[in-house]
Order: sequence, then C-alpha cells, then structure tokens
Amino acid sequence: MKRFLINFGLVVLAVVALAVWVRLPWFGALILAVLFALWMALTRSGRQAASVTKVGIGTLRDRLGSSLVIVIGIAGVVGVLVALLAMGEGLQATLNSGGRNDTAIVLRGGAVSESQSVLVRDDVDVIEQAAGVARDASGKPMASAELVVAANLRLRNSQDEAAAQLRGVDDGAWALRPDLKIVEGRKFRPGMRELVVGEAAHRQFAGLDVGKDIKLGTQVWKVVGMFQSDGAWNSELWADRQTVASAYRRGNSAESVLVKLTGPSAFAQFKAMLAADPRLKVEASTTRDYFAKQSEGLSKIIRVVGLTVGIIMAIGALFGALNCMFAAVASRAREIATLRAIGFRGTPVVVSVMLETMLLALVGGVLGALIVWLIFNGYHASTLSGFTQLMFQFKVGPDLIWTGLKWALAIGFVGGLFPAVRAARLPVTTALREL
Amino acid sequence: MKYFHLVWSALFRRKTRTILTLVSIIAAFLLFGLLDSVRVAFTAGNNVAGAGRLVVTSRMSMQQALPESLGARIANVPGVSSVAYANWFAGVYQDPKNQVFSFAVSPDYLDLYPEIVLPADQRAAWDRTRTGAIVGAALARRFGWKIGDKIPLQSTIWPSKSSGNNTWTFDITGIFHARDKKDAGNEQTLMFHWKYFDENNQFGSGEVHWYVVKVADPAHADSVASAIDALSANSDHETRTQTEQAFQASFIKQLINIGFVVAAIMGAVFFTLLLLTGNTMMQAVRERTSELAVLKTIGFSGRAVLAMVLSEGVLMLLFGGLIGLGLVAVIVPGMAAASGGMVPIHGVAGQTWALGIGLMVVIGLIVGLVPAWRAMRLNIVDALSGR
Repeated sequence: MKRFLINFGLVVLAVVALAVWVRLPWFGALILAVLFALWMALTRSGRQAASVTKVGIGTLRDRLGSSLVIVIGIAGVVGVLVALLAMGEGLQATLNSGGRNDTAIVLRGGAVSESQSVLVRDDVDVIEQAAGVARDASGKPMASAELVVAANLRLRNSQDEAAAQLRGVDDGAWALRPDLKIVEGRKFRPGMRELVVGEAAHRQFAGLDVGKDIKLGTQVWKVVGMFQSDGAWNSELWADRQTVASAYRRGNSAESVLVKLTGPSAFAQFKAMLAADPRLKVEASTTRDYFAKQSEGLSKIIRVVGLTVGIIMAIGALFGALNCMFAAVASRAREIATLRAIGFRGTPVVVSVMLETMLLALVGGVLGALIVWLIFNGYHASTLSGFTQLMFQFKVGPDLIWTGLKWALAIGFVGGLFPAVRAARLPVTTALREL
Repeated sequence: MKYFHLVWSALFRRKTRTILTLVSIIAAFLLFGLLDSVRVAFTAGNNVAGAGRLVVTSRMSMQQALPESLGARIANVPGVSSVAYANWFAGVYQDPKNQVFSFAVSPDYLDLYPEIVLPADQRAAWDRTRTGAIVGAALARRFGWKIGDKIPLQSTIWPSKSSGNNTWTFDITGIFHARDKKDAGNEQTLMFHWKYFDENNQFGSGEVHWYVVKVADPAHADSVASAIDALSANSDHETRTQTEQAFQASFIKQLINIGFVVAAIMGAVFFTLLLLTGNTMMQAVRERTSELAVLKTIGFSGRAVLAMVLSEGVLMLLFGGLIGLGLVAVIVPGMAAASGGMVPIHGVAGQTWALGIGLMVVIGLIVGLVPAWRAMRLNIVDALSGR
C-alpha cells in the first residue's frame, strides 16, 4: 500500500513537472539550470550529488549499448518531431511572407480564394479609384488587377504533369510586392505572350529556363525572366493579365485587385468605402489577414499530425529509457548500496541517476535536432494549394530546436525519475549481500 | 511448439523489463498501423468500381471548362458505352468553414456510379424536381438534413440568377449510401441537376468541367482515351483523358508525397526499436547464461537453443506488435467517425496487417540473432563456472 502511494505520488509529480516544463520559456530553463548548478557547487548534498554523478558517468562506457539506446531513441523522437513541425512552419512562412498591412486584396463577396472570385472591368475601375489607395508619382493608383489560372506543366525529371499557377498581372504588380526581385532576364512586355517565372517554379517544372519557349495548352509562350520572392509567388508564372485572359477565354475579367494603401490605417476607410458602394459586391482584407487565413488550415493539420506522431514516439522512447535506466541501476546496485552504507543520503543518489539520464537525453536531443537541421533545413517540398502546386522550404529554426530539446529533457526526466527513486530506496543490506 | 512454455517463461523471467519493452513495441506498431492505414487509404483509390471509367478534363487545367456539345461527340467514339458530365459548385453551408463537396451533374451521372445507392423512389423524386439535390448519408448526418428539407448553399464561385447573390436553394429529395463501407468518403457529397445549374448561374452556360466516360471494355481504355483526345486536338479546348485511378492518383501525388513521409518516419521508428529490443534481448540472454548452460547439459542441442532464443525475440515482437495493430483497429473507426468521414480510413487493411506481421518477424529475428548465436556457441563448462 505504501509502495503504491509512493509510486502514485511520483506519477503525479512527473505530470506536474511536465505541465510546468511545457510552459517554460528558454530563460526559465536557464534560471533553473543556474540554480541547480549553484546547489551542486555550494551545498553539502549538492557536492555529494556531483561526485556520485561523476562515478555514474564514469561507468557509462561499460553500459555503452543501453546508453546508446537512450541517446538514439530520443534522437529519433526529436528528429521526427522537429522535421514535421519544420514542414508546417516552412509552409506557413511561405504563405505568410507575402502578407503586409499596407496592401489589401479585394475579392468578390463570399470568395475564399482568388480562383473562386470574379470581378468585371467596372468593378476593377471602381476599386482602384477608392479612397485610401496610394498613388504613384504620376498620380496613377497603385493597384494591380490579377487573374490566376492553372497551367499543366511537366515536372522536372519526371514524366508526370502537375498544375502550376499562372498569374496574369497589371503593370502595378511589381511595385506592390517590394520583396520580389528579378534575378535573371527581364519583365514581360504587355500584350506579348511572355512569361516571368518564379525561382521555385523554375526548380519544380521542366522547360522554364529563361530564353526558352514553352507550350501552355495550344499556345507557345516565351520565358523572358526569372524572379525570386520568399512568398507563395515564387511558385508562380507571371504574365500580362490581358494576354492570359484572352488565352484562357476569360474575357476582360479579373479575379482579384491588389492595392497599395496610403498606410496601414487607411484600410478601415478603404474597406468601408467598398462596402458602402452599391455597385460592388466585394470583400477587402489586408494581405496579411488574407495569407494568414490561407495557411491556417493546412499548417494546423501538419502540426496536429506532427504532435500525434511525436507523442506516440515519445512514449516508445520513454519506456526504452526506463528500461535502460532500471538495468543500469540494477547493475550498479552494490556500488550504490556501498555509497549509502558509508553515509551518502538518498537525495544525491536520486539526483545523480536523473542527471545521468537527462544528460543522455540531451545528447540525443541535440543529435536528433542536428541531423534534421543538416538534412531538412531548406529542404524543398511542394504541396497542392487549391488546384496548383505550392513550393516551400522546411524551416528548422531555433524555436523548433528548443522545442525538440524540451521534449528530449522531458523524456529524460520521467525516464530517470522512477529508476532514481528505486536506486535510493534500495535496501542497503540486501543489495550488499547480492552477487 | 512443444517448448513454447519454456520460451514463454524465459520471456517473462523479468516482468518489468519485458513489459517496458513491450510498451515500446506497442507504441512503434501503433504508429506504423496508423501511418500505413493513411498511406493505404490515400494510395488505394476506389479500385474495382472505378475500372472502366475515364475522366475527361481540359488539357490546360482541371478548372478550365469544356463545351457541353463535346459530350455528344464523345458518345460517338467507338468503345464508349455512356457519357456523363459534371461541374464544380464549391458550396459552403452557413459558414465558410463548412465546405460541402458539391457538384452539378448530368441526369445519367448516377448510372455510371453503381457504387452509389439511391432508392428508386428517391431517384424518381429527384428526377422530377428541378431544384432537387441528393446528399450522401454522412453529409446529411453532419448537418442534420432530412428528405424534404429546403437548404440554402453559398457557392464560392457561382452567383445565382434567382437570388441575385451566391445563395442557391436546393430541395433535398434523396439520401444516398455507399454500396461498400470502404467508399464511405463518397457519402460526403451533394449532387444536383446540371440543368438547374446551367440555367441559373450568372456566368456563361453550356460549359462542363469534366466528363465521365464508361468504356465498354476496360482493356481498351487507353485507345478509347486517345480517340477522345483526338476529337479536340488543335482546338481551343483540348482535352486530357485519364482513367479514374490515374486521375485520383495524380491529385494525391501532388498533395504530398505521403509514401516518402511515412517511410522516413517509420525508418526512424524501426531503427530505434531495433536497437532497443536488441539491447533487451542481449541483457536477457546474458543474465541467463548459466540456465542456458544447464539446458545444454541436459541434452538440448546447440541448434535447439538457437531456435529457442530466436523464437523468444520473434514472440516478443509479435506479442507487442499485434497488440499495437489491434489498438489501431480499435482507434481508427473512432477517428474516422469523429472526422465525419473526412478521414477515409475504415479499419486496418489486409496489406497493413501482412506488412506489419512481416516486420515483426524480421525485426524479431534480427534482434534475436546475436544473442541466439552466442547461446548456441556457449561452452557448457565455462558458462557453468561463471567464466
């Protein structure tokens, strides 16, 4: 009964510690580490713990197999978790980076994405003249009516075809996306069947080299330039809107209007004016809101999947660690009993076993994060966004690595706690008598 | 088999260790079962029922419309037994988050899909009602729709003439089921008459997003497909004709390379598992050195000892792995139900079981190999004297 209560208490302690740990920011962990180091250096039991730990770590070499199990098990958990989260983060970063507070996108009311929206020529004119829209040096509104269509292209190094997003834009489009730079060739000329391709699209699809002709449907287009951007546009092909509209039989229509606002504060006025205009049935949102909404669903799914897989793997690794540490404690039973017999208290023993486990876990965590960072940071992936391909890169940032290390230490903590308590409660006499 | 109890008692010689190892194995195979079920669900497609159906879309992209007049010409292609067509509707119900997988279909569309079951009286009622719609059972449950309900759907694409905005009103005249539980994903759709769609939408008319073609002999699907594409070659609406499986597969492949992600995760998981159980087996055999020596002393051959240690490893993996896969079989239907049929997994597929059991046996043999070899080569005298 007593034993049951103690075990129950330990489980509660572990759960509470994990709950606190999950919420702890990095500097909180740093403070804990400093406090712990001070305790070790300054108090009597702390110094005892340090020396016992030293002995434990000294014998690690004899238990190489089981120590490796802990390290590699935890490296696996951290690696998979960080890789999946990096995928979600990279996707979100790509979709969000196009978002700004001082540009707004106008779609037909009810449309969730550009391909669902239609605006006629008159709508476009009214929107571009609305209050709050910035004007360039010559007094023209800074706006671009745009049209996206899907164009099937052959994938590079493959016989398969996939859909690329072909965006028809007006002249103003370049000024509205200041992060977008032409890195090769030039912009297209209005009225010509010329394409400027995003860097990621160039990497994904065959035949998009600058200077080459490419067939979209029955028509031949010439690739005249390549641009680079952090946002979703990097996956697109750009061309003159009127030319795209006629090639894809869209008449004179557009799907969205992108406008530059005089400032972030002008948005409310702009939106209100469009809403009040009886000629229009449109909805405006800042591009920041718009892109955030686009990325919400998919990155949430990836996050949930990542955490689920991570938790199941963590359970597996946790029990592996428990197993190894129980074995370690059992093999060191005599040594620990001797320490107890010559006067060492329980606390240093508990601390030393836990410290040892957490150190192994930390090594595993760093290893896993490092491997993922080496392999996956900047890894190019693609998914389907609406009807077309969206290219993005995995992003293994410091945040994610910290998350991974936190998981590693948490597994180490729980995996060390139970064996440590068993070590401390080992009856000295029987342990000494045992072979 | 006659030594089974011996292997079994060796396995549970140290209960704590074996149970801890088993939990790790269970976790690994739980993960394997879940991920592989997802992979199977996404790659399998709706196999048999889809055989002999071709999908005709615009060559430019799936969104590009085709003229309705093309249908009659496709029907004349030799080897085509029937043609139906449909349009995207992209409906949402009440809130933009409640997307309804909906499309406008031609009158004979259902005839091409024998896997969709609609009672004859409901079919007749649907055919009579211009604004009639039929919904899948899962979708009807999700929003609490019943036959006779009048429901408004917002189309995210098409404004309606009758309402002047994007709201379309439908009368639910039928609720259909999937013939096979495996296709329950089909029960998430809403279909209504293409004629109503064509007359009532404010943009153009006479346009179709895709044709479904039933070929008389599935073996000739490829030649029929090229004949269909030849109809519109060099026109401004060139088509691309694919088998239904190819059509779905290309869609999924673009979504994400699921096979690769699953393989990468499972690689990491099983490598770790191999190490972990391998370590346990080494410990277990090392501890029992003297017992194994006794076995050999009383006449067990080296091979028998080898076989016993190997089967101990396999038994451990099978024991844990089957519990893990069993858990998946329990969890998955619940998961599918919770997602309202959006997750198209319905139990653990036969191939997942087969692959899983194969993995259990192989991993069990690998982790048992080194300790079993040692046990076989054991020198009785050395072992008994503890050298």
